[in-house]
Amino acid sequence: MIDTEQIRKDFPMYGRGGMYGKRPLHYLDNAATTFKPRQVIEESDRYYTEICANTKRGDYALAHDADVAYDESRETVARFINADPEETVFTSGDTMGLNFVAYGLMPRLHKGDEIVLSQEEHASNVLPWFRVARLTGASVRYVPLTEDGRITPENLRETVNENTKVVSLASLGNVLGQPLPVRELAHIAHSVGAVYVDDGAQSVPHSKTDVRETGVDFLCFSGHKMLGPTGIGVMYGKKEMLEELDPLFYGGEMNARFDSSCGMSLSDVPDRFEAGTQNMAGAMGLAEACRYLTSVGFGNIRDHERKLKRAAVDGMLANGNATVYNAGTDTGILTFNVNGVFAQDAATYLGDRGVFVRSGTHCAKILPEFLKTQATVRASMYIYNDEDDVKALVEASGHAEDFLDVFFN
Amino acid sequence: MKQIITDNYQYPRGVKETDDPSFLTVHMDSASCIDDIYVQAKIEDGRVAEVYWHGSGCAISMASVSIMTQIIKGKTVGEAEAIMGEFKKMLDGKPYDPAMLGEAEAFANVNRQPARITCADIGWRGLEKIFRKAAGEGAE
Repeated sequence: MIDTEQIRKDFPMYGRGGMYGKRPLHYLDNAATTFKPRQVIEESDRYYTEICANTKRGDYALAHDADVAYDESRETVARFINADPEETVFTSGDTMGLNFVAYGLMPRLHKGDEIVLSQEEHASNVLPWFRVARLTGASVRYVPLTEDGRITPENLRETVNENTKVVSLASLGNVLGQPLPVRELAHIAHSVGAVYVDDGAQSVPHSKTDVRETGVDFLCFSGHKMLGPTGIGVMYGKKEMLEELDPLFYGGEMNARFDSSCGMSLSDVPDRFEAGTQNMAGAMGLAEACRYLTSVGFGNIRDHERKLKRAAVDGMLANGNATVYNAGTDTGILTFNVNGVFAQDAATYLGDRGVFVRSGTHCAKILPEFLKTQATVRASMYIYNDEDDVKALVEASGHAEDFLDVFFN
Repeated sequence: MKQIITDNYQYPRGVKETDDPSFLTVHMDSASCIDDIYVQAKIEDGRVAEVYWHGSGCAISMASVSIMTQIIKGKTVGEAEAIMGEFKKMLDGKPYDPAMLGEAEAFANVNRQPARITCADIGWRGLEKIFRKAAGEGAE
């Protein structure tokens, strides 16, 4: 079980008596980004205060220590997803990773080839593919969602064919929060010879990830959504996949040698994808975030989020003035609208009461076509949220018809 | 004041879509918000002969553009720009002339929620773009 009172002691954001200015702090926008525990902040700072040197370049003791810390960070992060360190590439985040994969696969894509996505994907798992499709002549198809917004093996099986070269899906959507049966889906993609890309931005922070078990070819995620620093993330790729992937960025430390006639030999994986000076502080912070989450335990995280989600759904239903779009999913994302109130107006009203939620399309700009609503309010929970946060959410939503009060009272 | 906003949100004024080529059209949307608002205006002899809008957005943006069309219609571009200037001052919390704003003064408190100022002026920024377009066309 998670003791939120104890957990909050680790988070400086809760250090001001649980207030943000004059408001009680009910932060429920964890699908956008999470707070950072002091352990992560300190480990990230340790790079700047104790071992500040460039990596992969120096012959002196300080540079060696920086190298060791960077390598150890990679090993920790690799272990966290059950990958090998050489399959684990540091990126600036999920977006960079997905762009690396999409552009890197370009030489393998041709006119007539198909890239399979879903209507629920975030912009970062849509737009790189749109771009690459346009450049290569490949086309984009969507797995149809079931009536309740799920992606199922049956639906994917009906969508893929011998032309399918890529299937790229978020294993936990950032709007409806529906977990995918990744192993089965990856198997279906492989059965037609397609590459399976797992966008783990929302799933990795909230559930145990095991790339050996799921068998995905690539997995991308961000550090900042899982208690880690901003500006750091991971692109995992099966070794043979990474070896065939074209690097998108070229520069220092990703090459072994080059000459005046444009000859160039690349470094081994994963180094060939890490051109230029890397975000060492970020990598160290992300490794600490992995250790922190492991010590909390994903079983506990799941139970905690389920409990809060259930309470939020029950509260919303009791209020009777809201439409909940994902009451059935038992992950920590609640997507709703207060009837008759535009999402942004509702979010401002909630925010005025210290309940910080997101409104809009949540970057999944095709999904409104499916939900038949222009915008939604999203509350997303994490390990430091408690029953009081949910109560505040429910209470404020119950009165959100008075949304103009925030400008007048 | 609150009633003015509610009323213009529920019963928006100036809503019309035209394909008349004598109208200039701008589409106001942005990555940061989901407002999706079109402003259309016909500028004749330096005067805003007609101004329409259509689209969707939050209560603040829709009520504001609704009121704007009612205030601006028939004004010269110079007069309209002066009103816009006062409206901007008001949103920024600076001293302004209420007499020039009429019902648009209902948005005087929007800056209590600074993130929402851009909702209150989305339609007005659209009109500003139309004026720039019109000025550009006149110069050619």
